[in-house]
Amino acid sequence: MILFIILGMSLVTMIPRMLPAYIVDKVHFPEWINRWLNAIPYAALGALIFPGILTVKPDQPHLGLIGGAVAVILAFLGLNIILVVIGAIATVFLLTF
Amino acid sequence: MSLKAVVKTEESARLYMIQKGVSRGIPIMLGYLPVALTYGVLAKQAGMTILEITLMSVLVFAGASQFMGAGMIAIGTGAIEIIIATFVLNFRHFVMSFSFMNRLRFIGLQWKVPLSLGLTDETFSVASMHTEEAKQEKGMYFYAALMITAYSAWVAGSFLGGVLGDIIPAVLSQSMGIALYAMFIGLLLPSVRKEMRVGLIAVIAMLINVFSSQFVSDGWAIVFGTLIGGLCGVFLQKGEKQ
Repeated sequence: MILFIILGMSLVTMIPRMLPAYIVDKVHFPEWINRWLNAIPYAALGALIFPGILTVKPDQPHLGLIGGAVAVILAFLGLNIILVVIGAIATVFLLTF
Repeated sequence: MSLKAVVKTEESARLYMIQKGVSRGIPIMLGYLPVALTYGVLAKQAGMTILEITLMSVLVFAGASQFMGAGMIAIGTGAIEIIIATFVLNFRHFVMSFSFMNRLRFIGLQWKVPLSLGLTDETFSVASMHTEEAKQEKGMYFYAALMITAYSAWVAGSFLGGVLGDIIPAVLSQSMGIALYAMFIGLLLPSVRKEMRVGLIAVIAMLINVFSSQFVSDGWAIVFGTLIGGLCGVFLQKGEKQ
């Protein structure tokens, strides 16, 4: 039964990932759709960051926000992304320890 | 850099792209490992075998839906319900894949199809901030290496979580929950610094996400935020610079 669930989950995840590969092969989009698709990554990043970041520690939403603020500052200073990630982890760690 | 690539032999161009892909994949790896370990532990508690835990990571490769799936298995939810909920939660990858595949429009399907299967929130985000590789020689090896790095961390972490149980102290694994968000921020900020409009697109997407999550499930809220935020980009971004 669990195997059936896994296979089903796999199919409904893989098919939507794959379909666009075939669609962009066949269809030529007008320029405004291309612009839309090019802006998607930035919109996706926004939607993925917030409000999800509040659930880093669900009972203390401010921890996620502070960690995020540290990440914003470090990234704004132009630090390598690995250091941004480590800095945010260290911040949340120190605040919860 | 592109000049150097031309001078290099084909073999070393490929090696260069693979190395670069792995190195860009390391922040994802860092974020995935604690999440995958936690998934393994939870799935074990939900009554799944090590094989099932690992197989789900191999075949689904989508963190949030796997947590949800394991949780629903634990409380005995019906298979069809779990599969439908997975579809809704992962539907955002359809939108992301459209964006990424459109970048690779002129690349053959033998590359596009496998690369599309490696798309997650994280691999998509990193790949989308590296658009120049799509036009470079052997650039597809960059994306493949990036995705395989993330994928191996995800699969290995799930397996280890199932086998070893809670090996990371709770306080550390909780702190590491910020890792992927910090990575998203680290990816977004350099583009915002270059162009304020990018920041506006992201903020609109956040607001739409918050607003729609009052009415629909989280999966759809992210889809709406991404689509509508991106649509604002059509009017905000006056054409592509490239």
